[in-house]
Amino acid sequence: MTLAKDMIRWMGGTAILSKQVLSELVRPPLYFRLILEQIHHIGLMSLPLVFITAISTGMVMALQFGLGLEKFGGKMYVPKVVSLSIIRELGPVFTSLMMAARVGAGITSELGSMKVTQQIDAIRALGTSPIKKIVIPRVIACLICVPLLGAMANLIGIMGGLIVGWSELGLSPHFYWQKVLETIELVDYMSGMGKTFFFALFIALPACYFGLNVSGGTRGVGVATTTSVVTASILILVGDYFLTKLFWIFEQWL
Amino acid sequence: MAVIEVKNFTKSFGSKKVHRGVNLSVEPGECLGLIGGSGVGKSVILRSLIGLEKPDSGEIFIDGEEISGWTERQLVEIRKKVAYVFQNGALFDSMTVYDNLAYPLREHTPLTEKEIGERIHSQLEEFGLLGNHSVYPSQLSGGMQKRVGLARSIIMGPKVVLYDEPTAGLDPYNTKKIQEMILRLKARGVTSVFVTHDMPSVYAVCDRIALLLNGEIQASGTVQDLERDPEGLMQRFINGIEGA
Repeated sequence: MTLAKDMIRWMGGTAILSKQVLSELVRPPLYFRLILEQIHHIGLMSLPLVFITAISTGMVMALQFGLGLEKFGGKMYVPKVVSLSIIRELGPVFTSLMMAARVGAGITSELGSMKVTQQIDAIRALGTSPIKKIVIPRVIACLICVPLLGAMANLIGIMGGLIVGWSELGLSPHFYWQKVLETIELVDYMSGMGKTFFFALFIALPACYFGLNVSGGTRGVGVATTTSVVTASILILVGDYFLTKLFWIFEQWL
Repeated sequence: MAVIEVKNFTKSFGSKKVHRGVNLSVEPGECLGLIGGSGVGKSVILRSLIGLEKPDSGEIFIDGEEISGWTERQLVEIRKKVAYVFQNGALFDSMTVYDNLAYPLREHTPLTEKEIGERIHSQLEEFGLLGNHSVYPSQLSGGMQKRVGLARSIIMGPKVVLYDEPTAGLDPYNTKKIQEMILRLKARGVTSVFVTHDMPSVYAVCDRIALLLNGEIQASGTVQDLERDPEGLMQRFINGIEGA
């Protein structure tokens, strides 16, 4: 019963927060400096994490498919399988999951600490809006950084596959790259990348909501941070299914 | 006309009814000390005066305008002229002391960065905080954080200042510094509400005292009134005979 109540409260709260973000987004001022700071924090600082995740994914994929398909003489299909899996699914989803862990947790704990130490109240008491000062810069930065990092992860993942294909499976880099280019179509790329904008919102909005609604002191900050990461991860994984279906329908139209 | 007027203020948290109809008013230039036991809702009233909390029912007038139903955007105008001093300063810990003080000036005034710098310099000088421009709040002592918090709150030259236990947990030196600042602001005609448990500070800075007990203002009067009625409810509360 409590879980159902919490779910309803969370859905209502996130809807109200989204409405506030939209209504304040169209009213000046927009704090560009704060957005740039967040892009640095959320985007640039996540580069090593996304790099390691993407290259590992690509390498493991190539190794698994390479060893598996070798039994059936299908080793030359590795570039196709790896690149399609990464571009359509694994690049965007793994990047977003890692961002949910790093950025979502960071946002919730920062905002939660600000709430506990009355800094959020101070922003309001000084005649400014926490939505404009705190939430909008983080949402915009996520909307910019998650797709860009997803694009980077796609490329690095494929390169990871190429390294293993060349060193472990005996596929020449030229052959691998040529097969990748033959396989990937714009629609595959758009299907994967299109999801990242939704994933960015799945990370930023719950993170801000849980951070701004922390109660129960420092213990509450910990609980909110965990809840935020779990919520974002579930939204990404479950949402991925529905978004894939949605994009599939669009692809049929095209 | 009273600068602050609260009429029939009620507020509940869950099933607990904290305020059952609070009425109070503060005249221009007056400093009202709001006292009461822990958890009786003194800070909630103070927060409601700038719209950080909404009453369940009742009216709040600031400068003759009823603000209890105002939106966040409408409240910005009130928050420019009514300053709130938080118990622990509520300084932005990601900013230096300079940026904390510059925050309201950058948001609400057309001042150049040079003019803002000059204003901050004189403010820090007045508060005995010179040399701390580039220090982060975490590097300051509790007393200094409170002084910076007070300096930030009043840098816009507010008409009203709301103090939420500004001397709680401070050493005598910092307590005296805060009292002196409050008296200086009073001398400039600033109206204020002073929520505290620190009775020596109440006697030092307040013109009038109101006692919040059982969700209502049960007693109110000047310091002289208190002295005249040693058996009154207020004196009994101060002497620890009457509780929350």
